[in-house]
Amino acid sequence: MLEIRDLHASINGKEILKGINLTVKTGEVHAIMGPNGSGKSTLSNVLVGHPAYEVTRGSVTFNGKNLLEMSPEDRSHEGLFLSFQYPVEIPGVSMVNFMRTAVNEKRKYLGLEPLNASEFLKLMREKRAVVELDNKLANRSVNEGFSGGEKKRNEIFQMAMLEPKLSILDETDSGLDIDALRIVAEGVNKLKTSETSCIVITHYQRLLDYIKPDIVHVLYKGRIVKTAGPELALELEERGYDWIKAENNG
Amino acid sequence: MKAEQQYIDLYRQCKEMIAAHSAEAMNALREQAFADFQRMGFPTRKVEKYKYTDVAKLFEPDYGLNLNRLDIPVNPADAFKCDVPNMSTSLYFMLNDGFDRRDLPKASLPDGVLVGSLRELTATHPELAARYGKLADTSRDAVTALNTMLAQDGLLIYVPKDVVVERPIQVVNLLRSAVDFMVNRRVLIVLEDGAQARLLMCDHAMDRVKFLATQVIEVFVGKDAVFDLYELEETHNNTVRFSNLYVHQEAGSNVLLNSMTLHNGTTRNTAEVTLDGRGAEVQMLGMAIEDKQQQVDNNTFIDHRASDCTSNELYKYVLDDSAVGAFAGKVLVREGAQRTSSQQTNRNLCATREARMYTQPQLEIYADDVKCSHGATVGQLDENALFYMRQRGIGEREARLLLMFAFVNEVVDQIRLDALKDRLHLLVEKRFRGELNKCQGCVICK
Repeated sequence: MLEIRDLHASINGKEILKGINLTVKTGEVHAIMGPNGSGKSTLSNVLVGHPAYEVTRGSVTFNGKNLLEMSPEDRSHEGLFLSFQYPVEIPGVSMVNFMRTAVNEKRKYLGLEPLNASEFLKLMREKRAVVELDNKLANRSVNEGFSGGEKKRNEIFQMAMLEPKLSILDETDSGLDIDALRIVAEGVNKLKTSETSCIVITHYQRLLDYIKPDIVHVLYKGRIVKTAGPELALELEERGYDWIKAENNG
Repeated sequence: MKAEQQYIDLYRQCKEMIAAHSAEAMNALREQAFADFQRMGFPTRKVEKYKYTDVAKLFEPDYGLNLNRLDIPVNPADAFKCDVPNMSTSLYFMLNDGFDRRDLPKASLPDGVLVGSLRELTATHPELAARYGKLADTSRDAVTALNTMLAQDGLLIYVPKDVVVERPIQVVNLLRSAVDFMVNRRVLIVLEDGAQARLLMCDHAMDRVKFLATQVIEVFVGKDAVFDLYELEETHNNTVRFSNLYVHQEAGSNVLLNSMTLHNGTTRNTAEVTLDGRGAEVQMLGMAIEDKQQQVDNNTFIDHRASDCTSNELYKYVLDDSAVGAFAGKVLVREGAQRTSSQQTNRNLCATREARMYTQPQLEIYADDVKCSHGATVGQLDENALFYMRQRGIGEREARLLLMFAFVNEVVDQIRLDALKDRLHLLVEKRFRGELNKCQGCVICK
């Protein structure tokens, strides 16, 4: 599904990613862990086409297409979704209007008719249930005045609405209490099918207790320095990142 | 030649003709206005109040006037398709400065309510005629002086004591002419104690000539009266509008003023509100959407003369291309105006590097127990919000539009007439989508 080859990227002239290689197959869940400043968020931002980042070398193909040539909106239409670490508040733009525009733009891209008002509201109702998102929130402006937990739930709700092929969850667990974490993780699991893949970016094992990864990578200084099965996450939880740093700085 | 001279000559040569086609109450103030105009001349940009509008330059071109009141053979109701339909208003037309008597709506006004020609109604109602010119001081503003010296007719609205006009009154001002043309329109509105009314005034320029329209509106709002005034400008790029609004509020009255510039050429709106009785409230809203070389300059002055009064101001501008916007808002809290609450906000979006916004909030406070605040910002669209929306599949253009609607909708949402609010949402969207390059209602320029 996703094939990253020797990816280098920089922001404001500073190189952050220094040759990432990563392959995500259909149906797989990958976890990317690593200490602060290792480039985890940069990788997710580069994949979704954030304009502040510049790709200086390498290639990314997504379902056979050159991802790096696409606009952020087209990457979304092709089925790429990022659950933001810090979801943005958009005062004055209602959730309903925002989601209807997003869903119908995607349908247009795929050559489908736009949903009419009642079809759309039915879809909203259905998907809201996935993350137990309150109707009151759905009627407000996008993320405005939402608590940290509500914002993350809202991310997963949008993921449910857009049905992406590959979801990147960027520190979705940060700022969540145990109950909110469970609801969010259960939401992600409900949406998971054998046709979809997921990249979970996290510092902690905690989220991976709920969302079970098939493969765990450690990102350090802009490179993937270790790849193993789920047991690697447990080892990191126990031993911290120092041994990884030592192995790579030596 | 100085820009003033042609108007001085015009008045000297035509004053008999002007007077012959006007009313006694209006004629009574002309000589004083003329003297004031000669003394002051047009304000230069060194005058603080007119810093952002070059008045003399705008009055320089040679405009025709219809001082002889030649009839314009057109039925406005035929030529004009209303932009705010299905609103069930009492709809009236002003053709240039004249009240149009054709196709008057079926009398749906409560007893005693007057809507009609200023010239005619001041002649038959001396008690209303006595109010003419009482708020619009010709010694302080050259445009008001010029308007007072040249205006021959206009609109008068009167609502008697405790009468509630349920149905909104809509007045469509149509500018029509075959040659470059000047219009001097005068409006007098009187709401007695406890009266209630809502007025929507729409400005349209129907012909492809240069228009210069001056307008002076005087509004008397009695004790506990409630009045909404919505002004919607949808003119073309060759229109110059000068509007001077004077509002006098008595105790307990509640006024909403909303000035919306949807499409224009050069616009200067001055609004002066005097809160002259305990507990009076005014809410002033303004919105301007500009592109190309358009200019909008809003200048407001709120005079808190009594205690326990409230004023709220919110003005928002969206400027594209090389548009220029200006907002200057002064709030004066006089000695003794205790427990005043006053809030002023001006927020602006500049979409290009060429667009310019000038904003100048001013507070002058001579009372100690007051709650006053002001804030002004000039900025761009939130890049983080834009990217967030694009990640969800909303194209960049669409995302920008959604953010711009959201920005001005804060003003639109405070409209107290649902049908007008809905319509404005649509018009704003059309404007941003570039589907409103000329006034929407013009059948003629379609």
